Amino acid sequence: MISTSQSAVPLSVKDLTVAWYRKPVIWDVGFDVTPGQLVGVVGPNGAGKSTLLKAIMDLVPRASGRIEIFGQTYKQNRARVGYVPQRESVDWDFPVSVLDVVTMGLYGKIGWCMPVRRKHRDAAREALDRVGIGELADRQISQLSGGQQQRTFLARALVQDADLYLMDEPFAAVDAATEKAIVQILREMQKNGKTAIVIHHDLHTVPEYFDSVVLLNMRVVASGPTDTVFTRENLEKTYGGRLTLLDEATEAMRRRERTL
Amino acid sequence: MTFLLLSLMWFTSFGFQFTVSDAAEFPVSAQLVDAANLGSFAATDTLTDHSLTWPTWSEWKKVLFLRQYNTRVVMLGTMLLGMAGGIVGSFTLLRRRALMGDALSHATLPGVGLAFLLAPMLGLDGKSLLVLLTGASLSGIAGVVAILYVRNFTQLKEDAALGIVLSVFFGAGISILTVAQQRAGNAAGLESFIYGKTASMTSSDAMLIGFSGLFVVVVIGLIFKELTLLCFDEGFAGSRGYPVLLLDLVLMALVVIITIIGLQAVGLVLMIALLVIPAAAARFWTHDLKKMTLISAGIGGAGGLLGAAVSALLRNLPSGPMIVLVCSSLFFVSMLLGTARGVLVRVIRRQRLNRSIDHQHLLRGLYELLEARTSENRSSSKTLSTTTGIAFTALLSIRSWSSFRLTREIERCRHAGFLVRNADASLSLTDTGLAEARRLVHEHRLWELYLITHAEVAPGRVDQSADAIEHVLEPELIARLENLLRQDLEAKGVAPSPHPIESIGDAS
Repeated sequence: MISTSQSAVPLSVKDLTVAWYRKPVIWDVGFDVTPGQLVGVVGPNGAGKSTLLKAIMDLVPRASGRIEIFGQTYKQNRARVGYVPQRESVDWDFPVSVLDVVTMGLYGKIGWCMPVRRKHRDAAREALDRVGIGELADRQISQLSGGQQQRTFLARALVQDADLYLMDEPFAAVDAATEKAIVQILREMQKNGKTAIVIHHDLHTVPEYFDSVVLLNMRVVASGPTDTVFTRENLEKTYGGRLTLLDEATEAMRRRERTL
Repeated sequence: MTFLLLSLMWFTSFGFQFTVSDAAEFPVSAQLVDAANLGSFAATDTLTDHSLTWPTWSEWKKVLFLRQYNTRVVMLGTMLLGMAGGIVGSFTLLRRRALMGDALSHATLPGVGLAFLLAPMLGLDGKSLLVLLTGASLSGIAGVVAILYVRNFTQLKEDAALGIVLSVFFGAGISILTVAQQRAGNAAGLESFIYGKTASMTSSDAMLIGFSGLFVVVVIGLIFKELTLLCFDEGFAGSRGYPVLLLDLVLMALVVIITIIGLQAVGLVLMIALLVIPAAAARFWTHDLKKMTLISAGIGGAGGLLGAAVSALLRNLPSGPMIVLVCSSLFFVSMLLGTARGVLVRVIRRQRLNRSIDHQHLLRGLYELLEARTSENRSSSKTLSTTTGIAFTALLSIRSWSSFRLTREIERCRHAGFLVRNADASLSLTDTGLAEARRLVHEHRLWELYLITHAEVAPGRVDQSADAIEHVLEPELIARLENLLRQDLEAKGVAPSPHPIESIGDAS
């Protein structure tokens, strides 16, 4: 351990406020994450879920609040955090191979100006095997299906061997096989004492996948163990009473159209 | 600052109008040429002498065999410039900052004019390249800052900011050059910054270009993987602690260097071409970033070399347009013939897929007609016969094929040895044809069954680029399908059709 102030709590968020052009996106958000848990972050569109993850990693400026990663700042413990961005956030027509993308997770370890070496590529292949697409290592990323893209991103985070994983909608618009594979990997990680915070959209699978849940709609509506917190009443508060099937269906359609 | 520039433009536009009306005996088009050839008033030779003279043999020899030291160095310099431009351009293209380079190069013009005007006051030589390029860099950077300012502090989008800054700076630059023309005189040569003129380059200029280009290439080589990460996934780069803003600034600084050293050879109007065209052309040849930068460097280098050579041969032809023309010819060749995404390759791929689909449909159609025939004659055995003939018209009716298309496909299958034409013009499968048809029908029905029963697992396992999923099933997938649907299979190894055969025409 690097310092005596290291704490066992993987993530602690206190009074976090983030604003775009003075309009608050998330307000006074605070919660602690228990080590070794799978935590789902649930909330409607525009609830600030992605912003929350980005604020945790210092990617967007905070108006106020404090973030502690294992008791220290993100900067100090950056190597212990793995990030899986939204699949749609990048251009999948970019001229690199799957292996290239996964080795990006090791660039920090490799260091500035140093070339990628064999041991790094081997580690990347291993990570690809873990997510079940080892045979696609040398493919160009433009040839991947949505599920394979998501697995590639997951492998890029896994190859870092972090202790805390932040995942932005890893289950969005993936096929059922990929969803199963990702869940299995999450469980495996949990067995090894890792913690994962996952933004999730499908409310039906929340109790099945996650130990704890953070219900977010600009502020934290409720957070804690899924059994006690993930209730109809809390969900209605989170979604402002518009938790209807129609809304969800419209949302699903919109997502699909975006990925086509 | 904008106000100052605008008032300057307004002020100078009077002077400009005046000089144009001075030359009233020229037709309109000549006036336009004048407006562009700003340096022309002091340098009467370029004003009147627009004739192109075909180079003499000795001039050819000078360029072709690199006899002259100066020609040699200049050509080498522009080649290195093209290569460096191609490499930097690959990254700016992928970072979607290509047009930033255009605004930047246009924004250098006021700097050139002001440096020329102000240098004597500071006791410097207004025509020294170093002084002019320093002025160009400063105003180019001011242009970029102005873009960032407009974009970040107003509601305007980046394209609007680019358009505004580009035109304002260029307009101001033209005006300042006109003033420079009148006040200081002897501003000949400044126009070479607009269109590029390798003829006006000395070997020391070329050396400056060469070394700066080399420097740029070395920097890119050192931070290749960091720049790749930046261009591919900014958010992830930030989460790993990479200084995204600093990396962007480094990339921008490299663009500034390329633009500044390219002013003389390519000119600021067309500088953008050297940053965009080679990289865009290279993308047609490869899906690998390393190869792409190398190919891009090659195309840019060829453009620089050949463009400079043509410009050296034909004295009055500006080199910028020549370099651009060479690069764009290479671009068109790449677009057509590129092995990774060229137009031709894609047409061929599509045709090949269509052909194999036709082929599969024909064999399957034959097989299913045979199958129907066999089940009608209950008396015969269950195995399909290769002697039964199927009429052409029967085949024509099961698909919406034209008879030409069907005949063509039949001929192909006949050549491949899959079927034979009987004496009564009906068609029969050969043994190999029957085996192949059985395989295809089997796969087709497995897929149909699968879609009906387990449709949700499938899409992740098939290649997205193919639109007709069935025709790109991998053998491994077929094996898994068989496992999954074992209970539905018949003993003879071909699944029964899950729907009445009449409707085959709709399924594909």
